[in-house]
Amino acid sequence: MSTGELVGSYIVPVHPHTVLAADQNEGWARLRDAFGEAAQRIKDSEADLLIIYSTTWPSIIGHQIIADPNPEWVMVDHDFHDLGSIPYSFNIDEQFAHAWNKANQKRGLKSRTVAYHGFPIDVGSVVALKLLNPDNAIPAVIVSSNVYANRAETTVLSKACMDVVRATGRKAVAVTAMSLSNRMFTKHIDPKDDKIHSLKDDEWNRKILEFLSEGRLEDVGQLSRTIHQQIRVNKVVAFKPMWWLSGMNQNRNNLTGEVLAYEAVHGAGAAVVHLDPAESGAGDKEYDEDDVEYFAGERNVLDAQETVDDVSEEASKLRSVETNGPELWEPTDKGESVNSQAAPKPVGAYPHARRVGDLLYLSGVGPRQPGTNAIPGGPIHDSDGVALDYDIKAQTHAVVENITRILEEAGGSIEDVLDVTSFLVDMDRDFKGYNEVWAETLGHVGPTRTTLAIRALPTPIAVEMKVIAKAPSLE
Amino acid sequence: MGLPMSKGEIVAGCLAPHPPHLVYAENPEQNEPTAEGGWEQLRWGYERLRASLADVEYDAIVLLSPHWQTYIGTHFLGLPSFKSLSVDPVFPNLFRYHYDLNIDVELSRQIHDRAHEAGLAVKMMENPDFRVDYGTITTGHMFNPAWDKPLVVVSSNRSRDYYSVEVMQEMMMELGRVTREAILASGKKVVVLASNSLSHRHFTTESAIPEDMSKEHITSHAMHLWDMRMIEYFRSGQAQRILDEMPEFTEQAIAESDGGGLSWLLSTLDIPKYPGILHGYGTIIGTGNAIVEWPERLHTEASE
Repeated sequence: MSTGELVGSYIVPVHPHTVLAADQNEGWARLRDAFGEAAQRIKDSEADLLIIYSTTWPSIIGHQIIADPNPEWVMVDHDFHDLGSIPYSFNIDEQFAHAWNKANQKRGLKSRTVAYHGFPIDVGSVVALKLLNPDNAIPAVIVSSNVYANRAETTVLSKACMDVVRATGRKAVAVTAMSLSNRMFTKHIDPKDDKIHSLKDDEWNRKILEFLSEGRLEDVGQLSRTIHQQIRVNKVVAFKPMWWLSGMNQNRNNLTGEVLAYEAVHGAGAAVVHLDPAESGAGDKEYDEDDVEYFAGERNVLDAQETVDDVSEEASKLRSVETNGPELWEPTDKGESVNSQAAPKPVGAYPHARRVGDLLYLSGVGPRQPGTNAIPGGPIHDSDGVALDYDIKAQTHAVVENITRILEEAGGSIEDVLDVTSFLVDMDRDFKGYNEVWAETLGHVGPTRTTLAIRALPTPIAVEMKVIAKAPSLE
Repeated sequence: MGLPMSKGEIVAGCLAPHPPHLVYAENPEQNEPTAEGGWEQLRWGYERLRASLADVEYDAIVLLSPHWQTYIGTHFLGLPSFKSLSVDPVFPNLFRYHYDLNIDVELSRQIHDRAHEAGLAVKMMENPDFRVDYGTITTGHMFNPAWDKPLVVVSSNRSRDYYSVEVMQEMMMELGRVTREAILASGKKVVVLASNSLSHRHFTTESAIPEDMSKEHITSHAMHLWDMRMIEYFRSGQAQRILDEMPEFTEQAIAESDGGGLSWLLSTLDIPKYPGILHGYGTIIGTGNAIVEWPERLHTEASE
């Protein structure tokens, strides 16, 4: 039994100079070398899938995914055609492409696959695959960048992708083909004269790279709109690849980042950056934008009545999965009960916790979110009992957060936990992910622990914890 | 205008939009997908445009397409012929067209050289592997499905993206001026085509049957008002007002005039004061499209 995961992320530049003219400029050569270093790291990671999100493939009707198993053609750049031609023949994972397409639709996105002979693979994807995967050893998948997509839609796109990565047990690498500042010189220049177009662009690029080198990907994602306004020419695709990449990394801010190269390509900011999922040691930052599981946005203009209903019904159905299960109760308040508005409501007549002497006994805590009742990482089945893919790590994180809220309501903290009994509905599938999150969180606190496999929990969740904690002093 | 006497002539200038849906709906043998019709108002408009020019002799077509987007100046196709398969990266389900077209390299070079002398950044495109953009092919096909006239294909310099609509227009007015000079000096009779839509906000969904016309309409009332305002200027010979309002139109209607084609066309036509002929108007996936002809051959004073 294996669970898929993202083993690395890379940001790479889009222009063809690194493939066709690396010998004409020292900076372009350094970018080319950095591509080579990234290719070696990808190989060493034993990745079995490359996922390319390219800003040079704009789309209008939702997102498009290449599903031709072997697209072949000769690519010539619209601007830099005098540099030469790039013949390509790529190894595309068509099964993953189709599965991602379905996962997109399941999450309310407009999406389709593309498998036409002669379809023009965009320059960013061609450059990325040529240099990161030169022998085509790793199958790839390419997705477009939708012109009209906002952050919610782009985030959901990444979640749908990770649904499939996990469900298929892949070791995936995510790649965004993009420039940083994208303002190029508008006249022809001698290659030796290349530099970042302006000091302002250079300063912004360096600030972005400083964040990324600290692994603060989500911070860059949240700054995307500002970055776009400051250093991006309004071409058809905004600075949205950071939304996608952050989503692919569960909006984390504590990755291990390394800038392998930063140079100018005809004035634009070009960087090769590696983001390793290993924790950098920095504290994860607050995630302060709305987290979206399903997209029910404005992809319904054309087919007004029918499509609105379809999308809404589907999204509603999907959302209802999060709330299927027993009726919710107000927590009871007998004796020295502890109840928190910041914790999910009980599914029966009991309190969140009860104090007895120097100890706090918590009722079983699951991952449901207070207020919305949503389940981070997704429910394990829908309202009809049909099994769904879900993220045990996200669920486990959410459980720990709920425990923390209850303990803080009692005046204590997560550091007070003494003993935990954990319940998993699928020990084979979930123990590894659950155990990893434990190690990152409660493992540092050091409570005793017992983990049990059980058949089901009252709500469509995969993990629950029963906690005994030291009660804070009443004085 | 102080130009040397020549036999060069612009017989007509046309706004000739390029959504690939039009070729798709026509079912030409060059296009792989097949349709059950659709977008007839615009296709009939193209029929009327073709009929209007059926008895007019001309030597070449000069076409500016917003889907050959260049950021480093204006480029010109610079080889005698191009033959390949064009697949629209946005609507590949509709447009997979096998093209075989000829270029008037001499005229391309002449416009290129004059633009260079005027200080514009220009480049000839001489890579034989280059794939011609679908905008050029769609407009080329709809205007002249026989493909029996050589083309001059001009890229869309995205100066609007880099600077502003005003700067874009300034550059396109200059490009139009030198285009006109080059054509008049060439001794050739030429039709000039700007391949762009008017309002350009797309629907982001597509019907199961793309040609289902019960689903086709403008995306918003505001877009309709802008389109009608522009069309009224077209029909009443108020080209200067179009240019004057280009910044507001381009920004508020998200118009495809951002590619510079319309400004370039009107400049190439020396900002016509005579009425344009509206051959058709219709929407395509929500965008507004007009087929308009300025019959300069009937208004010779414009070129004197």
